[in-house]
Amino acid sequence: MTVLNYNCHERTKDPSMPAMSKYEPVIGFEVHVELCTATKIFCSCPTTFGSPPNTQVCPVCLGMPGVLPVLNRRAVEFALRTAMALNCNIPERCNFDRKNYYYPDLPKNYQISQNYACIGTGGWLDIETPAGTKRVRMNNVHLEEDAGKLIHPEDPGADYSLVDLNRAGTPLIEIVSEPDMSSAEDALAYMNTLKNLLEYLEVSDCKMQEGRLRFELNISVREAGTERLGTKVEVKNLNSMKTVLKCIEHETWRQTRLLEEGGRVMQETRLWDEAAGATRAMRSKEVANDYRYFPDPDLVEIHVTPEWRDAVRAHLPELQEAKRRRFIEEYGLPEYDARILTNSKPVASYYEAAVAAHPNPKALSNWMMTEVLRELNAREVEPADFALKPAGLAAIVRMIDEGRISGKIAKDVFAKAVESGRDPAEIVQAEGLVQVTDAGEVEKWVDEAIAENPDMVEKIRAGNTKTVQALVGQVMKKSRGKANPKIVNELIAAKLC
Amino acid sequence: MIDLCAKPIHELRDLLRRREVSSVELTRAFLTRIATVEPAIQAFVSVTGDLALEQAAAADAARSAGEDLPPLAGVPVAIKDNMCTNGVLTTCSSRILANFVPPYDATVVTRLRGQRAVFCGKTNMDEFAMGSSTENSGIKKTFNPWDPARVPGGSSGGSAAAVAAGMAAGALGSDTGGSIRQPASFCGVVGLKPTYGLVSRYGLVAFASSLDQIGPISRDVEDAALLLNAIAGHDPRDSTSAHFDPPDYTSFLQRGVRGLRIGLPKEFSGEGTDPEVQAAVAAAVRKLEELGAVTVEVELPHSPYAVATYYLCATAEASSNLARYDGVHYGFRAPADNVIEMYSRTRSQGFGEEVKRRIMLGTYALSAGYYDAFYLKSLRVRTLIRRDFDAAFEKCDVIAGPTAPTPAFRIGEKTSDPLAMYLSDIFTISVNLAGICAISVPCGFTEDNLPVGLQLIAPSFGEDRLIAAAHAYEQATEWHRRRPPV
Repeated sequence: MTVLNYNCHERTKDPSMPAMSKYEPVIGFEVHVELCTATKIFCSCPTTFGSPPNTQVCPVCLGMPGVLPVLNRRAVEFALRTAMALNCNIPERCNFDRKNYYYPDLPKNYQISQNYACIGTGGWLDIETPAGTKRVRMNNVHLEEDAGKLIHPEDPGADYSLVDLNRAGTPLIEIVSEPDMSSAEDALAYMNTLKNLLEYLEVSDCKMQEGRLRFELNISVREAGTERLGTKVEVKNLNSMKTVLKCIEHETWRQTRLLEEGGRVMQETRLWDEAAGATRAMRSKEVANDYRYFPDPDLVEIHVTPEWRDAVRAHLPELQEAKRRRFIEEYGLPEYDARILTNSKPVASYYEAAVAAHPNPKALSNWMMTEVLRELNAREVEPADFALKPAGLAAIVRMIDEGRISGKIAKDVFAKAVESGRDPAEIVQAEGLVQVTDAGEVEKWVDEAIAENPDMVEKIRAGNTKTVQALVGQVMKKSRGKANPKIVNELIAAKLC
Repeated sequence: MIDLCAKPIHELRDLLRRREVSSVELTRAFLTRIATVEPAIQAFVSVTGDLALEQAAAADAARSAGEDLPPLAGVPVAIKDNMCTNGVLTTCSSRILANFVPPYDATVVTRLRGQRAVFCGKTNMDEFAMGSSTENSGIKKTFNPWDPARVPGGSSGGSAAAVAAGMAAGALGSDTGGSIRQPASFCGVVGLKPTYGLVSRYGLVAFASSLDQIGPISRDVEDAALLLNAIAGHDPRDSTSAHFDPPDYTSFLQRGVRGLRIGLPKEFSGEGTDPEVQAAVAAAVRKLEELGAVTVEVELPHSPYAVATYYLCATAEASSNLARYDGVHYGFRAPADNVIEMYSRTRSQGFGEEVKRRIMLGTYALSAGYYDAFYLKSLRVRTLIRRDFDAAFEKCDVIAGPTAPTPAFRIGEKTSDPLAMYLSDIFTISVNLAGICAISVPCGFTEDNLPVGLQLIAPSFGEDRLIAAAHAYEQATEWHRRRPPV
């Protein structure tokens, strides 16, 4: 099976590429978001990631006989925040339903979810696409519990699987969009915008590699320019945005080929097979055809009073636009800086923490936009996991501002700190990088440089000011970057000009 | 010692408080009684003798230390085997939980422990509380102490038989469609089904979550009040438990029935009810009138639909509640080659016929395409049934009628006809559907010396009325003093 390599820009820009015929994809998403509440949705077990299997469990999340769920109010508030930010209608009353299906990672063999009365309905999210702003409509936002995980032994001959229920009962929201996207670019913009929004809402840490943010795709194809929706396919097991884009490419191709060959697309759920780079139909036993939803009699209706709704709205965290404006007003940053720094909540938070440690917003902004973002991208790490902490960055800029290190030394210290995770001040101390501001000591280097570079001296004396910088460079080299450049300049000017 | 085992809790409490008997002596008396009578009655799934003696010794020690102990302190009680007891086998009388030892207590069990009650054992029941005769137990059959050829009723048949036969001073049962009241009626003891939400369901193995309610089974009404005092009240672990501060139910014992308006639904006096039961209930109502109550006729027009409605919503909830018994995490697991086969074999072998029947009924009622016609409709009828009661209670304070249409029937008599079995709950089921409360109190005997129960029904949180009226009636009669021949 041919699998096309995905590159969205190439495809849109390259007119010679065989058009995926006259068909275009129609894309919608179901996005699962694990909420970052301290405890689970129906019991008080912690939600920490990565603990040893089955250590964060109790009779309630194990689904033992006779236990009952008690709703975590915080989870409801996080869901409300999200629904509000997605412009949903928030009904005054909603409740939980049971979604019945058998799977070994689901201890009760039903998932407590919302089906008949969700916490948010309707709504929209605006996304920026190459073709301009596009509005993606929401179908609903609902609250539910996560399942556990199956651990399959690596030995292919093993005749068992293990169940880890640490994750069972972690609060999830599911954000269901309408099929309003028609390209991989749209999908990418949607995923990024939504992730960014969720981070700003502080409802989830959105770590896709930990499964805290999971995208499920529904995709159909139709003739470009027509309105009627084709038969959709749902795809699960998409672990990264890159995978989602690959999957869109693949499914568009697969469905188009089916239709062009006179076949039909089956309405079904498919699994992404990363190794094959393709989707495959789920085995019939993997699919529950009828979830037999009914209201969960163990839980009472959630009454979202207008007062509660207003309180949640009033305490929404600062969102991107507000933060951008504040960066301009409070920190005096240019519009450009503020926009870049607020494009991602974790980056903005990193920056704010650094400014709090050393109030030189513009210098820190420069470091962020160049060094820090470059390293984050190159290393593909989240700011929270970056080896150089905000206080370390602040320390570097402070040392520059206090004249203790030069800008050049600072870059070296930054590189070392990022590499080793060592404290920048400690690096400067340990490696004797403190700037030399003693005029007598600097003068020695200046005199040596003058003596060794008579041609430069000639030119400077002849009035060539550009050569001054070259000579300064020689002095800096001699001092291994430690000479204070201001003093070097002053001494050269006094001696030669 | 037999004397001790025949006494109600309030008398045992007084003996204990006056130090005329120690809890260890009392507990030994009950354990001896169990050893003698249990072979013929089979009321228990587990007898917890060691635990009981330990608890009894602790209660005695606390009393010796001068502690002011609650009424149930040192009193041996039995607990239906669908209430979780930390460290003690809790089987629900099912093969699928035959080895299940919960690591937690049901809230009612915690509360009994708080009262320093003594646990003499876990009682037999219809598997997962599904049944009206305790014949559906996956462990054993229980025999009626009044006639061992007959059933004790169900599903709390073990609890009712244990109390009737003097093997426990009182017991807890659970009532989803009549499972406390009907066996109480069959065994000649008192059974109270509290208002939905009055008693926490945490740790009660769920059958039908919107109907299940734990309540007392006891020798007399005063004991029912004492047991209810111990278990009633809001529980933060149960979202459906009511934010209601329960009164001291013993304070209503002497209130009497003067001026009490007793509603007599014409739907409860129809055909299908045994004439001896009808006569006993009619006599009981006359007795209440003699005591100062007045009767009014009321209507419950939707009650003919109660049994059908119940078998839709109860089975629907059960089909989901029982899904967790799959062999993966605890309980019985049948060997198999893959997980689907494991589910299928575990459940086929682990559940009994009636449980499987109800799971299938409930699964069907919730299925796509049938949900509206069955489950949703059953919810609507429930609302109508509740409104019937609301309207009736505008005219009366309590409703009176038979608890069950017949006295205890013979073992095996209805096992091949599920529908006939379902109809033995015809007078009790609508109370669960409406979420209100009711009590069954002994009101006579048939010519065959089988007990008959009078059911009194009150609106939500009207337990005070039930206790006042049932106590007044009981004290004016001698039925509760009769002991079975066992």
